Amino acid sequence: MDFRFSEEHEMMRRMVQDFAQKEIAPFVPVMEETEQFPRHIVKKMGETGLMGIPVPEEWGGAGADFISYILAIHEISKVSATVGVILSVHTSVGTNPILYFGSDEQKRKYLPKLASGEYLGAFALTEPQAGSDAGNIRTTAVRKGDEYILNGNKVFITNGGEADVYITFAVTDPSQGRRGISAFIVEKDTPGFIVGKKEKKMGLFGSNTTELIFDNARVPAENLLGQEGIGFKIAMANLDYGRIGIAAQALGIAEAAVQYATDYAKERKQFGQPIIKQQAVAFNLADMATRAEAARLLVYRAAFLRSRGLACGMEASMAKKFASDAAMINATEAVQIFGGYGYTREYPVERLFRDAKVTQIYEGTTQIQHIVIAKHLLST
Amino acid sequence: MNFHLTEEQEMLRKMIRDFAENQVAPTAAERDEEERFDRSIFEQMAELGLTGIPWPEKYGGAGADYLSYVLAVEELSRVDASIGVTLSAHVSLASWPIYKFGTEEQKQKYLRPLAEGKKLGAYCLTEPGSGSDAAGMRTTAVRDGDHYVLNGSKIFITNAGEAEIYIVFALTNPELKHKGITAFIVEKGMPGFTMGKKEKKLGIRSSPTLAVNFEDVRVPVENVLGEEGQGFKIAMMTLDGGRNGIAAQALGIAQGAFDHALAYAKERHQFGKPIASLQAIQFKLADMATKIEAARLLTYQAAWLEDQGLPYGKASAMSKVFAGDIAMEVTTEAVQIFGGYGYTREYPVERFMRDAKITQIYEGTNEIQRVVISNYLLKE
Repeated sequence: MDFRFSEEHEMMRRMVQDFAQKEIAPFVPVMEETEQFPRHIVKKMGETGLMGIPVPEEWGGAGADFISYILAIHEISKVSATVGVILSVHTSVGTNPILYFGSDEQKRKYLPKLASGEYLGAFALTEPQAGSDAGNIRTTAVRKGDEYILNGNKVFITNGGEADVYITFAVTDPSQGRRGISAFIVEKDTPGFIVGKKEKKMGLFGSNTTELIFDNARVPAENLLGQEGIGFKIAMANLDYGRIGIAAQALGIAEAAVQYATDYAKERKQFGQPIIKQQAVAFNLADMATRAEAARLLVYRAAFLRSRGLACGMEASMAKKFASDAAMINATEAVQIFGGYGYTREYPVERLFRDAKVTQIYEGTTQIQHIVIAKHLLST
Repeated sequence: MNFHLTEEQEMLRKMIRDFAENQVAPTAAERDEEERFDRSIFEQMAELGLTGIPWPEKYGGAGADYLSYVLAVEELSRVDASIGVTLSAHVSLASWPIYKFGTEEQKQKYLRPLAEGKKLGAYCLTEPGSGSDAAGMRTTAVRDGDHYVLNGSKIFITNAGEAEIYIVFALTNPELKHKGITAFIVEKGMPGFTMGKKEKKLGIRSSPTLAVNFEDVRVPVENVLGEEGQGFKIAMMTLDGGRNGIAAQALGIAQGAFDHALAYAKERHQFGKPIASLQAIQFKLADMATKIEAARLLTYQAAWLEDQGLPYGKASAMSKVFAGDIAMEVTTEAVQIFGGYGYTREYPVERFMRDAKITQIYEGTNEIQRVVISNYLLKE
């Protein structure tokens, strides 16, 4: 065992920490106030190589390993869970399906732009009636000459409206159930492709979440990803990747909560002494720190297995479940330690509290993670 | 980063698991019922080289690392927490301080037989009036020529009566309070050193816990461990590592209870199907397994830090508080999964639940661990 980061990973970590402090932190209050999408940060992340971490150098990426990617999401999310999810979605589900299933032409056309941040990626799977039950989508794609005609609605699409490329799932053969689903690369300006309502959310201000409408959207046949009928497989192929990414986002939130709450508890005086001198507060902080550390180990263990190409389905689900619960608990306790001030937008902990909640919901709800873990346990 | 055990560690784990399942598990319930310590099990552990895992071969040890020792405590506790604590007290509390602070003569005279398992060790710190507040002890040691004369009483001493070598803490200079405490190596049979009441306990019933009395016990000056006045430091440093041994014990208890609960849930039929097919049971199992994995990573990390010569005080406090708490939770849920049967002594899970409770109490209550952790947060 070796619980240390390699020197390269340490360098990566410091680089991302610097970037997050210099480029992201100052813009957090703006996003909170205006819910403005941080386009300029995406551009800078592209220049720094953060938008194409797993993309091989030949396609314009950094060609770095999975632990590097998780480090980036983790460190960025300590400062802004919003930027964390933009990067996570862009990479794990906006870029990776092309990397893994795309033809050489598709790779040549899209990967360099995605990796440089010129293009932002998104993933269009969820529909109003198909959330955890993703195989139940109803959007259709009918082949017509050199094109597929897509019709249907997608909801809760992260990076919606801002993204340039959408990995979109639609039914090409309704008689085949899940095996009748296909995946398409849909570009922003495709005729019949409309960005719908932008959700007003509890948290992740600055991250766009929108509806997408396909109204006879005409997608060129060469934008079919892989072949017809493997869409569901494509959607599920990289679940570990996305799950560990969201676990890392949650970990960032959980650790930020410890940091803010500890700093505040050392400063804030009541009854003539810093409140950290009160055992009720100190013990709470000890539990928060322990929880965050346990989450950190679960996240990096899953990332380590994934980076070695080893099976990590159960470990990824454990990391996602534990880290997202830790984020929610720690953020809630941080608000409590800040007291009345914590409830105001003057201090950052109410943002952590709002941002934490979604980590228990997206990329497989906590309940779905339980099911995955139990399946693994029962199959052994 | 590497989350894999080495091949040697894996082999050791397998060897200990075989031993535990074949030689320890079959009599665990009976020994618990009879509150009977079985020295022959300790002797078999000695033959396997488990009694001195982390000590160099020149002191009769196996020359392995702390992580290997933690694996041994975990695997033994997975079938019988009483045996787990016998080893943990023997290695972490009795042998460690001699290895760390003893003279070469003391190491040859005392560490060697402990490492070889020819003698059993114990640690005498707690007194009726000083539990968590260890510095409040009253046992005294007064210098008289080439001896110190010890007077006082210690309670809750694991391995007492059975042990041949006792690390004893006493006040050599009461005015200096904790800086006036000195550590001694006391041998069984020294005149005036007698065993007191044997406790009847909730759990770990086959591990003896006794009071010990010192009535004008003359201990040779050469049996002072470290220097006069260094005792409190020795006691606290010993507990830093010892608590990771208890974390390993708690981890083993949790894993053992979980393994029983999982097997039972697959077998037990209600409503015409195994209860493992019910979501309520599946989610419980998923939660239990996730907590155990998190505890395992915290525990191994603390041991690894000690192996690397890196600071491990905070990490071992975290591993102890987390593993102790989840052992209690997991064993309680295991009893719940077994239902009425789980409440009977026909099945082992009630023993695991009783055994788990002590891991939140001894070697620093979990409240003390939170004090330790929050002190680190305050300083950092």
